Amino acid sequence: MTKAGLIRLALIAALLGMLEVMVRIGRIDPLTMQAPHKMVIDLYSMLASGKLNKAIAKTMGNAAIAFMIAVSMGVISGLLIHRLRRLRETLDPLFATYYAIPVFAFYPLLILLLGLGDAPQIFIGVMLGFVAVVVNTLNGLDRVPRVLLKTARVNGMNPFETALKITLPSAAPYILTGAKFAVAYSLIGVIGAEFIMSTGGMGYEISFAYNNFDNATMYPLIILILTASITINMLISRWEKSLLKRRGLQ
Amino acid sequence: MSGSGRRLIENMGWLTLAILVIWQGLYVVIGDIALRSPMATLKFTASFVTTAQFVTHLTETGKAFLMALTIAVVSGLAIGFWLGIKRFASDVFEPFLIAVYSVPKITLYPILLLIFGLGLSAKVAFGAIHGIVPIALFTLNAVRNVKPVLLKTARVMGLSTTATIQQVIFPSALPEIFAGLRIGFSLTLIGTLLGEMFASQRGLGFLLMNAIGLHNVDVIVMLTFLLTGFAGIAGIALLLINRRITAQI
Repeated sequence: MTKAGLIRLALIAALLGMLEVMVRIGRIDPLTMQAPHKMVIDLYSMLASGKLNKAIAKTMGNAAIAFMIAVSMGVISGLLIHRLRRLRETLDPLFATYYAIPVFAFYPLLILLLGLGDAPQIFIGVMLGFVAVVVNTLNGLDRVPRVLLKTARVNGMNPFETALKITLPSAAPYILTGAKFAVAYSLIGVIGAEFIMSTGGMGYEISFAYNNFDNATMYPLIILILTASITINMLISRWEKSLLKRRGLQ
Repeated sequence: MSGSGRRLIENMGWLTLAILVIWQGLYVVIGDIALRSPMATLKFTASFVTTAQFVTHLTETGKAFLMALTIAVVSGLAIGFWLGIKRFASDVFEPFLIAVYSVPKITLYPILLLIFGLGLSAKVAFGAIHGIVPIALFTLNAVRNVKPVLLKTARVMGLSTTATIQQVIFPSALPEIFAGLRIGFSLTLIGTLLGEMFASQRGLGFLLMNAIGLHNVDVIVMLTFLLTGFAGIAGIALLLINRRITAQI
């Protein structure tokens, strides 16, 4: 471990320790924040009792579906848009300002269109993640070395083969950057939608626990979501770095 | 105006047209249960924006957004500059920033509500944490990527740290810093609105949630239209400024 990494760990430990002390001596009201050790115990008993397994499975499942749709559709759209110059130019302002659009404002509309089931939540997750994947795929395709494309032509590969064997693998690190965003956005979309209006899932359970002062349920759920998203993100980052390193780019 | 700027606006026009066509098409398919036509929305918007109710909520959202944006810009720039100049500090703290950036921040909102209580400050805090991180990360990278020769020149000329930041680092890092501000602007707006949609009694986000509860399609479509329109126009304006700054360097 590097020196910076050690200091980081020490900082986290110090912060948790401080929080623990502050709650114990009563500087922080336990109704506001629980002691860290209590959160861990609550998390364990919550997972062991299995009473929230359904909500966890629902949210994680929906986020996974949204993620897969966003990545697959995003990569395919990226490949298509890359070939159509005029379309790409027209869509450029949309891509550049897309994240200024409050997608959650469309949620009521989606509920009316798709019903109050899982579909509108998945749709929001896809809406958020899709564009990040498209933009990063385009970025990666722009950087495919010309010589590789020439090789594909010389070998008489058809467009489908070229995409599968040349352009996509070459653009993979950039597509992974997009995938990283898609992980975060599909979770944000699904959980945010559950927060605002839904009858199940982790977002709903958190908001329900919040409304009932049930910190013993709220904090473990929050920790679970944060841990899951940070872990997945770090794994993809590592994969991305190893790809770049193999090419001597980093 | 530069050629690329004109093309951007032209493309924007085509895009708006396409969206209007899709909108009208959707309306034809779905009908009045869930949607209003673009024409009806415009008419309703024109009559609604002058009501006292709307103005009150707009003022509330505007106030929260401006406060959140100010906090996000000032602290984001401060953190970004500090970490950008101090290499070791950035090694320690950058992973924290990236982790916060990638986390679904909506899960943190109940904690903010418990700390700040219901009302303006929780909303402002929630909007601000959305904005701080991208601004800090972009500034950090911009400052770190300033050409070493420029910094060397500043040292040779005997510039103080403040003067180096003011006259060398800031101008040369400006395009990328501005890109961060652009994203920070969008995310702060989204954060503020989300904060209002969950546990709030005032503001446009609350108005939207209220309309959902009452199934008031007129208000839902109008607010979606207004918010998207505002975000889109502001986003394009910032993008144009950003391109101009980049072109100058």
